[in-house]
Amino acid sequence: MTVQDAAVPQTEVQDYRNNSLLFLTFRRLFRQRNAQVGMVILGFLVLVAIFAPALAPYDPDRSLIGIEPVEKRAGPCIHALGCPSDQPQHIMGVDGNVRDQYSRIIYGTRISLFIGFSTIGLAVVVGTLIGAVSGYVGGWVDNVIMRFMDVILAFPSFLLAIAIITVLGRGLQNALYAIAVVNIPVFARLVRSSVLSIKELEFVAASRSLGASPLRILFVRILPNAIPTLIVQATLSIGAAILEAAALSFLGLGAQPPLAEWGTMLGSERNQVFTSPHLVFFPGIAIMITVLAFNLLGDGFRDAMDPRLAQLTKR
Amino acid sequence: MKKTTKRTPLVEVRELKKYYPVHGGLLKRQVAEVKAVDDVSFAIFPGETLGLVGESGCGKTTVSKAILRLEEASAGEVIFEGEDVLAAGGADLKRLRRDMQIVFQDPFSSLDPRLPVGESIAEALLVHGIGTPQERFERVLEVLRKVGLESYHAARYPHQFSGGQRQRIGIARALILDPKFIVLDEPVSALDVSIQAQVLNLLSDLQAELGLTYLFVAHNLAVVEHISHRVAVMYLGRIAEIAPRDNLFSKPLHPYTQALMSAVPKKHPADKKERIILSGDVPSPLNPPSGCRFHPRCPIARMGHCDVEEPQLRELEPEHWVACHYAEEFI
Repeated sequence: MTVQDAAVPQTEVQDYRNNSLLFLTFRRLFRQRNAQVGMVILGFLVLVAIFAPALAPYDPDRSLIGIEPVEKRAGPCIHALGCPSDQPQHIMGVDGNVRDQYSRIIYGTRISLFIGFSTIGLAVVVGTLIGAVSGYVGGWVDNVIMRFMDVILAFPSFLLAIAIITVLGRGLQNALYAIAVVNIPVFARLVRSSVLSIKELEFVAASRSLGASPLRILFVRILPNAIPTLIVQATLSIGAAILEAAALSFLGLGAQPPLAEWGTMLGSERNQVFTSPHLVFFPGIAIMITVLAFNLLGDGFRDAMDPRLAQLTKR
Repeated sequence: MKKTTKRTPLVEVRELKKYYPVHGGLLKRQVAEVKAVDDVSFAIFPGETLGLVGESGCGKTTVSKAILRLEEASAGEVIFEGEDVLAAGGADLKRLRRDMQIVFQDPFSSLDPRLPVGESIAEALLVHGIGTPQERFERVLEVLRKVGLESYHAARYPHQFSGGQRQRIGIARALILDPKFIVLDEPVSALDVSIQAQVLNLLSDLQAELGLTYLFVAHNLAVVEHISHRVAVMYLGRIAEIAPRDNLFSKPLHPYTQALMSAVPKKHPADKKERIILSGDVPSPLNPPSGCRFHPRCPIARMGHCDVEEPQLRELEPEHWVACHYAEEFI
């Protein structure tokens, strides 16, 4: 912005930063309605998780028996909506153990997001390593690894998760491992196929002819180019993983009471659907919104990285 | 002594073979072999350009990749400055690779889309541990200018360049290690005709300036005539004819070369020349014809001889080698 001719190289440098493929992809992502909605919801959920202690009016795990004059499974009481002001306010009502439902939902955000990121994080790391080795080395190594992955995939994933928990024992941590294991073949296959196609490209051969080592070629040349597809799949999988964890907890195999996990909350109050619908409704809605946010964001990523679409929306 | 033995070749390919196994059946046993390159020998002398021409699938790209160990050859030797490239391993191979580079056909897939091109070019220096970051950066700018690009191009991404520019970047990447020998694998066949000429002239200029030796692989005879000093013609994995350019283009001695030449469009539409139309397709390298591989399509083939005995390369004129039993008829 200073002297015209002296500024030329400077503008060029800025120009390239704004034109890397990653930057262009993210710009497209931010322009996508789906992704925008997903990101807003997700941002909101992350904030809720971080500031849970400030947002929750009650301790999520503490029973209010003898502390407040509320009944077991009392319905929502919101002062602004006409609930008598001499009664304590419980926005989403009180559960079977007389705990504030609203506080539990808020703390549940922490657990669900943690479940989503940790399980898929583990599955991505392990799956990528397996798939990269399989695709790059090829031959019988590839065959052995992929047949093993096929075996895992052949089981309905939920049944396999249940089987793994049966072996490891119930509990949130084991449920996390089970979900991660179930997701590994998905990423292994994805990365393998990306590696197979990328390793045939000429820039990889160019690297080889320059004298680069196989490890450098795999980790510096090939894998970074496989990341976009990986991000799409990971984002979509996080939603599914949260749902699976909630389902396992619903069945009593995952998070154990009194932990404020949405699936556990649903499971422990499922017999009261007709008498106290709020105890099932709110955790269900929370799960739905979270999964929806990840799916919207995942769809947005997929569209933003689709080169055919990129041409259409090219500025 | 013959004229050819006076110079020492920079690269010498000896009896190079590349067979691809074909697996089939229930147990995936090897049922056949594709003889992509079958017993190819030639030499490239310092400072010259050897053109390697042939139809699609005749094995010319396989030869070029085998020389650089991008494909492992099945048999044979590639002698580079007295060292066998195919037998070299580990550190020796890495050292040899500093002197041998390649420019690829497809300017779109030959650059990593994720990296600014300056980094793609600098990778070679990084891999070989040459220079400080500042020195590497300056060296990148130097080669960029050498191939006719500007220094600010280093910071741009491949998708911001045209095909011709990308091919220049590919050339810059090949040049950065100061190699002696560069394989040009159809470097202009993906480009517009007007850009082709620019890139070819760039390659000629660089050769004159840096004393480079080229193996120029192509299927376009006009391009090969423009840039090569000597030309080798391949057919079905073997060399049919190898000769100095002017000699080959003015007096092709192999019937296959003659047919190829007659297919080149004339410079003036009024020029009439006899077209030699070959019948049939290139036979499958899975099951090449007996004897001379060209005999089923050859206009002068004599049954009982050509389909039985495989012709060897013979030097019929100085430095003009032909693999045909009856090539004398054309002298």
